[in-house]
Amino acid sequence: MATVAIAPVRLPRVSWQRIGPILLVLPLALYMLAFYLVPLASMLLRSLAEPSWTLDNYRRLAADSVFLEVFWTTLRTACVVTLGTILLGYPVALALSRLRRGAATMVLIVVLLPFWTSVLVRSYAWMVLLGRHGVINELLIGVGLIGAPLRLLNTSFAVHIAMIHILLPYMILPIASVLRQIDGALPRAAAGLGAPPWRVFLHVVLPLSLPGVAAGSLLVFVLSLGFYITPALVGGPRDLMLSMLIAQQVDLLNWPYAACLSAALLAVTLLLIAAFQRLPGMRDLLRTATR
Amino acid sequence: MIGRAAFRVLWIVVLMFLVLPILIVVVLSFSSASYLTFPPPGLGIRWYRAYLGSGEWLASTWLSLGVAGCVVVLSTILGTLASLGLARLPPAMRTIMGALILSPLIVPGIVVAIGIYYVFARYRLVGTPAGLVLAHTCLAVPFVVTSVSASLAGLDRRLEQAALSLGATPWGAFRQVTLPLIRPGVLVGALFAFITSFDELIVALFLSGSGAITLPRRMWDDLRFAIDPTIAAVSTLTIALSAMLLLGAHLVRRHQASEPGGTV
Repeated sequence: MATVAIAPVRLPRVSWQRIGPILLVLPLALYMLAFYLVPLASMLLRSLAEPSWTLDNYRRLAADSVFLEVFWTTLRTACVVTLGTILLGYPVALALSRLRRGAATMVLIVVLLPFWTSVLVRSYAWMVLLGRHGVINELLIGVGLIGAPLRLLNTSFAVHIAMIHILLPYMILPIASVLRQIDGALPRAAAGLGAPPWRVFLHVVLPLSLPGVAAGSLLVFVLSLGFYITPALVGGPRDLMLSMLIAQQVDLLNWPYAACLSAALLAVTLLLIAAFQRLPGMRDLLRTATR
Repeated sequence: MIGRAAFRVLWIVVLMFLVLPILIVVVLSFSSASYLTFPPPGLGIRWYRAYLGSGEWLASTWLSLGVAGCVVVLSTILGTLASLGLARLPPAMRTIMGALILSPLIVPGIVVAIGIYYVFARYRLVGTPAGLVLAHTCLAVPFVVTSVSASLAGLDRRLEQAALSLGATPWGAFRQVTLPLIRPGVLVGALFAFITSFDELIVALFLSGSGAITLPRRMWDDLRFAIDPTIAAVSTLTIALSAMLLLGAHLVRRHQASEPGGTV
């Protein structure tokens, strides 16, 4: 404050402090604009601008039986995968929140290593496991449980199990993060008042952890909607998901239709995020994921 | 007691479900058989030899490494600068910019990919490494920004103010005070930017063309014909790379936590 005397010289500094941050963000903002936002927007505009400015493409979409069926498959798959990850992920999240530091780190590594293994490699793993001469069929035949190989690959079952496997960490991490924040005095109080462990869980821990379940579900559901690689590799002809239909249409150079489908997929995704963005755990997830 | 044992069995089974498929790929990559069969009749490294002896696989590997390297440089510089600015922006602007920068994490990959393809095709960027670098950087930047922002959130701003009041220039204060303190966050962000680009497939499906076939793209092309054990070998190598980078990130964080003044 002793420098008040030279305040006139400092005056430009004040506005510099306001402009400085903007100048720092500007390069990335322009970059994202040029190589991400504008490309996306101009592609999506094709759905409105063909043949002339019109909403016809969307009107046709609503009556298009292929789209409706694919949309239904996509929603169904996302629901099954979300439920599956809740059922399998919750116990791991609970264990993660209760284990001592060293053991918890081990579990976290087991959860994070698949998380950072590419989706392609993990889908390939399921092709190896579920194939006609794959690991599971060979084992079952070897044990004598079945005589001929089962058809496991290229089925909806394969899509569901592989996607549950791939998306499980996205469910475990938000639930574990919420569970860790629960005040330990609450379950202790319930137990002290005579509640058996299962009641402590059911009436205290479970309700308090539901925000984490909701955040994980939102994330898994939204990511499932856009899945492409896994259903394309392990799914059958009846497991056409929205992303695959979009890729097909681009291959056929049917841009207006592809743009329409993309807009629909994007709209559902963004609406879900906007509706549920207040859920806790989204930021925590990113922080854990990049740890 | 029974409940507790059942609970333990349950989560251990789920952890095995997470890891076993990946472990089986690793085991199969060392199979001596000429086709995929489990358990492998013998162990050997013939599939690694097949990989190392294939010019196509190696070319794709080098391309992927090169693209990922460029993506790291570009996304780390852009992302770190933006994180420094974001922390000082007015809240409303910060929310909007943050949403834009983080959106590639949520927007379906196929939508991003065809959007970029739609425009890049016009500028002849399809089938070039440059096109892949430009596109992958958009996907990698969110990881850099999250990681660096987390470091900045744990930073004591008074240190920087102290440097400035002691006569340091803004650049000097950044270089000598802020940067050393957020370096772990920058490093971790760079590692994740690398993995993001190295493993990326959906954008590569559209942008690779015939001139810039990345490693995931070549794996994908091969998978459509046959589940050749060479892919198991390549997969194992990429898993090992991910594991090493993950370990690197962990060590960086731990080193930082043990340093005096290092928070986060």
